Amino acid sequence: MRSPPIPEMATQEVQLNETLAHLKTESDNLKSKLEEERAKLHDVELHQVAEKVEGLGQFVMKTRRTLKGHGNKVLCMDWCKDKRRIVSSSQDGKVIVWDAFTTNKEHAVTMPCTWVMACAYAPSGCAVACGGLDNKCSVYPLSLDKNENLAAKKKSVAMHTNYLSACSFTNSDMQILTSSGDGTCALWDVESGQLLQSFHGHAADVLCLDLAPSETGNTFVSGGCDKKANVWDMRSGQCIQSFETHESDINSVRYYPSGDAFASGSDDATCRLYDLRADREVAIYSKESIIFGVSSVDFSLSGRLLFGGYNDYTINVWDVLKGTRVSILFGHENRVSTLRVSPDGTAFCTGSWDHTLRIWA
Amino acid sequence: MAQTNSGGQGTNGVADESPNMIVYRKMEEVIARMQEEKNGIPIRTVKSFLTKIPSVFSGSDIVQWMIKNLDIEDQVEALHLGTLMAAHGYFFPISDHVLTLKDDGTFYRFQTPYFWPSNCWEPENTDYAVYLCKRTMQNKARLELADYEAESLARLQRAFARKWEFIFMQAEAQAKVDKKRDKIERKILDSQERAFWDVHRPVPGCVNTTEVDIKKSSRMKNPHKTRKSVYGLQNDIRTHSPTHTPAPEAKQPTEEELQEQITFWQLQLDRHRLKMSKVAESLLGYTEQYVEYDPFLTPPDPSNPWISDDTTLWELEASKEPGQQRVKRWAFGIDEVLKDPVGREQFLKFLESEFSSENLRFWLAVQELKKRPIREVPARVQEIWQEFLAPGAPSAINVDSKSYAKTTQNVKDPGRYAFEDAQEHIYKPRRRRVRTCSEGSCFQGKPLASKRLTSRLSSC
Repeated sequence: MRSPPIPEMATQEVQLNETLAHLKTESDNLKSKLEEERAKLHDVELHQVAEKVEGLGQFVMKTRRTLKGHGNKVLCMDWCKDKRRIVSSSQDGKVIVWDAFTTNKEHAVTMPCTWVMACAYAPSGCAVACGGLDNKCSVYPLSLDKNENLAAKKKSVAMHTNYLSACSFTNSDMQILTSSGDGTCALWDVESGQLLQSFHGHAADVLCLDLAPSETGNTFVSGGCDKKANVWDMRSGQCIQSFETHESDINSVRYYPSGDAFASGSDDATCRLYDLRADREVAIYSKESIIFGVSSVDFSLSGRLLFGGYNDYTINVWDVLKGTRVSILFGHENRVSTLRVSPDGTAFCTGSWDHTLRIWA
Repeated sequence: MAQTNSGGQGTNGVADESPNMIVYRKMEEVIARMQEEKNGIPIRTVKSFLTKIPSVFSGSDIVQWMIKNLDIEDQVEALHLGTLMAAHGYFFPISDHVLTLKDDGTFYRFQTPYFWPSNCWEPENTDYAVYLCKRTMQNKARLELADYEAESLARLQRAFARKWEFIFMQAEAQAKVDKKRDKIERKILDSQERAFWDVHRPVPGCVNTTEVDIKKSSRMKNPHKTRKSVYGLQNDIRTHSPTHTPAPEAKQPTEEELQEQITFWQLQLDRHRLKMSKVAESLLGYTEQYVEYDPFLTPPDPSNPWISDDTTLWELEASKEPGQQRVKRWAFGIDEVLKDPVGREQFLKFLESEFSSENLRFWLAVQELKKRPIREVPARVQEIWQEFLAPGAPSAINVDSKSYAKTTQNVKDPGRYAFEDAQEHIYKPRRRRVRTCSEGSCFQGKPLASKRLTSRLSSC
């Protein structure tokens, strides 16, 4: 308990509280006004306009490859640009590079920590990045010499003050974008480890990020435990758009292939589509029977299909335009933790707490 | 079904309920509906040879109910969701440790809310030891230990050798209390207690549904809610979640933060927004344009390597001779040309032969600059300046005076974005449809299409 304030300080404190209250009201009012403005342009629903589009037929999607080798939950994976190699990371501390087509393991690294929550393939195909509970993101160049100890060439690039939740190379091997449980995202120069830009604005852990697909783009989107999805300018560090309609953590965000929209997956068991030009949520993908959270989402090449990996061990495939579910895929024996479509769209890969990865086509 | 949400509520802190709790609540809502008198699953007592089996329903009953009352399409889906609910311990097979749902006459029982996972149980090994010990004291066939349980008991006896006397006493006391209960009540409670342990100490090989995502685990360690001991014993030492200290209360925003928020909302209000109808048409248009390139919608030619095990498709794409379909894609917009290495190379060649290529070369050089390590940037900036912008530059490009002045300044303190203004002036991304240039070697002899693409590169 504080001692009673001196009268002068009391007045100051009252004034400050009044100012804060006043500012808060102003902020809340502006926010409501923004919601109103956004709603004004909502003249039609996406699925209504999509009625004129031909329905999708039956899909036959099956597991075409199963990758076994991790000793514990698979937490993350990424594709190489060559369309067949992947990197995966696991709670067992291992990062494995596979030729998914032949299912051969090509490289394996043991990280000093368990729970490697994030991994990414470099655009050149010559390196991988990974990190997790160690609060860092490290880059490992991939050697052609299988006998060479990859761990020896490790380069520590990013340093956060909490776990690393996601990482991605930008268009080059030279820069990495990271997100962290410390509530920030950051852009790093790989060679020097220098912090190029940091991104503040989430009120809680940032769980995911995705770079805009354009060759010219300088933006990315992030999602967090504060239920917000933020779009950032990589150059200035500013948050340029923000969306807050989910009812729980956003575990995954992914741009629609044109870059004009992005999808999110959340613990509230829904996927949502947000359009950047309309500046609002434009579709929700949900069903009464789907009650477990979405861990990861990705689009097919044309953006017509949205694949969602769920904590109920399934993959749900959604018709993005019509809003309906077109398929449910069984196979994994525990949570699907990560899902990504291959660079040429011929397949998608899922990683699961059942220790395996599967390629579906 | 797609619907839109009319503006979410904002919170300025962490989610109110941890993610696991959200799922538990949803499952509990379903359970509540299953237990309704009128429309729920009929629960009955089955009279068997010499005994009564109280308070049960069959697996088929569950499946039928789910198909009828939930938005579930078929038996497969019902079994999947039902098995998950069983694996979380909300109902269980009365004669099996393995918690799955079967669509047959197998008997199931509801779990008592006391043992629901939403009570944040984290039962200790000492509790498990008491439980297993108690089971060995009761002379009932149905309570005999399974192999894996006997192994666990042996392990726990070694681990708790020093306190075993105490554990034994607890087990005895519990067994005494249990004996006093009514026979039917005992049957039910025994099975519910066993199902509880089947969730928290599952049969080897079964999924442990109590495992949590480490990123979320800190929010579930709510000291007020977490029940640590089933039988009232001293706890083992709790380890803290390695990812977090207990979540701090949401801080009140500072004056500065509120000002920032206000500025942000004002900027957002000033943003130009498109009508939903326009946006929808655009999304439809994009997917329609790319449907023939989407292997999930249009089988690739000759085949999808993952399905046919034949890599011809990839070999064709790697070749320098692009097929017609691939060339057609370049006409969708400048992004597609630049994304495809063969497209980029062809376009550059074409520009060099028929038009001047400085603009595109400048643009590509600036893109490359942004990808270099930061150490190389100053030198590279000078090189680009000399080649394209300095007075007397060999590949002089045309830039408006404002951008030129800005760039001149930037070059004095060179960073990765030194040429950003100039670059934007050369190329503003647009994505309108362009008449395709058709077969043959890409851009030759098709001046109209290529002129359109080129004009994308000159100043607006």
